[in-house]
Amino acid sequence: MTLPKLQLVGIKKRLRGRQVLDGVDIDVAPGKSLVIIGGSGVGKSVTLKCALGIMKPDAGEVLVDGADVTRMPREIRARVMRKFGMLFQGGALFDSLTVWENIAFRLLYADNVNRTEARERAIEAMRKVRLTPDFADVRPVELSGGMQKRAGLARAIIAKPDILFFDEPTTGLDPITADAINDLIIDMVKELGCAAVSITHDMASARKIADEIAMLYAGRIVWRGPASTIDSSGNAYVDQFVAGRADGPIQAVV
Amino acid sequence: MINPFAPVGRVVIGVLAEIGRFAAFVGRAAASCFAPPIFFGQFWRQCAQVGYFSLPVIGLTAVFIGAALALNIYVGGARFNAEQFVPNIVVLGITRELGPVLAGLMLAGRVSAGIAAEIGTMRVTEQIDAMATLSTDPFRFLVAPRVLAATLCLPLLVVAADIIGVMGGYLVAVNSLHFNGVIYLRNTFQFLESQDVILGLTKAAVFGFIIATVGSYQGYNSQGGALGVGRATTNAVVGSIVLILAVNYLITAFFVE
Ligand SMILES: Nc1ncnc2c1ncn2[C@@H]1O[C@H](COP(=O)(O)OP(=O)(O)OP(=O)(O)O)[C@@H](O)[C@H]1O
Ligand SMILES: [Mg+2]
Repeated sequence: MTLPKLQLVGIKKRLRGRQVLDGVDIDVAPGKSLVIIGGSGVGKSVTLKCALGIMKPDAGEVLVDGADVTRMPREIRARVMRKFGMLFQGGALFDSLTVWENIAFRLLYADNVNRTEARERAIEAMRKVRLTPDFADVRPVELSGGMQKRAGLARAIIAKPDILFFDEPTTGLDPITADAINDLIIDMVKELGCAAVSITHDMASARKIADEIAMLYAGRIVWRGPASTIDSSGNAYVDQFVAGRADGPIQAVV
Repeated sequence: MINPFAPVGRVVIGVLAEIGRFAAFVGRAAASCFAPPIFFGQFWRQCAQVGYFSLPVIGLTAVFIGAALALNIYVGGARFNAEQFVPNIVVLGITRELGPVLAGLMLAGRVSAGIAAEIGTMRVTEQIDAMATLSTDPFRFLVAPRVLAATLCLPLLVVAADIIGVMGGYLVAVNSLHFNGVIYLRNTFQFLESQDVILGLTKAAVFGFIIATVGSYQGYNSQGGALGVGRATTNAVVGSIVLILAVNYLITAFFVE
């Protein structure tokens, strides 16, 4: 068994007096893709933010290659965090920079790559996510939602990270673009050999990109298993979520 | 049983906690101004924003204040038959007090609000989080260039404001009050001491620091969408104005003693 690239152990987080995460455990091996499913507001994005150190968990450990990053001094942690890439739910592109500067941000400002080379690599990354280089010099506001997702994806992969997070990569996209994004994610995981954690509500996407699926509910992972077994999980929560029924153990918040 | 002191205590603790958070922010901001990597490109951009593009606002303010000041001092001086002191008091008032304070207040509106809105929007749209995942410290990339630019540019702007303000007074004195232009200027420059200029420029640098740190602090900690950014912007303007006026008094008192 390979050592997990990334492991979250007993992550707890309270926000606005509500225990959003109550002991979340997940782990991903290199070259594997884990998909976390769960309803709106159960804390999927918060889980990723805790793993990235953008939010400080109240308890628990974030292990990267077996070392706990939450206890590292800031400078050393910053070095470990270079292994991460993240696609944000809303894209989170910098609107004061052009598309290519966004994509090459890390090369330009953290890795001291010169502008000519950074631009070349940004355009190469744009091709990889099938974004035409015509858009390299426009501002992100001029891109459609789907194109912003692609630009965000290009920005996440440009430095060839070991661990990739995707927060709802396909939401708000038409089925064809969504499927293209799915293919891209699969390619990235295969090509880079990275460990991927994706969040989605989109079951078609989950089935396609996941090696394993985990379901987050009430602050914990209530089920986890290979993607192929999602329809025979025998777990009432998973069955309800996959079938998309309003009646069942999960109460829709109206 | 209601304890009448409880709400008072809560307010005091709240204010102290806010001061503590702001102090920690200022410490980190100041430290990141000197720790590499320093983003010079961002710094120059902010210098243009803060310094160059503020020149028209500062110039207009200064010329009108200088002119009005000359008129008022002339009227006041006439009561003691001391009209000839107009140039001396105009230059003193402008370099020691009105130049830096008015520039500070105008930039509190223009720059502090702009910084809070820009960084606040980046906060609520997760751009700051994204920056951290791209191995770039938002303090160094966003806060430090603004703090450095404002602290260095405000003294330069104040030099410009002082000159333009004195010119405003000169124009009124020569054209409406029938002063001799050569004598007016000679009195102005002979009277001015280096400590007046040093006081004014010290104030300007401190005000620039206040404007940038308060704006960045409010923006960095904004939450809750457009509403939160709006609130951050208002707080930045009000906060920097109050701080500027209070600190202005402290610096003046310190220099006078
Ligand atoms: N910065 C924050 N401050 C306070 N509460 C927050 C913050 N971020 C998230 N929350 C709360 O944490 C809970 C989980 O939020 P999260 O964004 O993780 O949901 P999610 O599972 O990603 O949902 P969705 O699928 O809609 O994106 C929500 O109730 C939200 O109100
Ligand atoms: Mg989310």
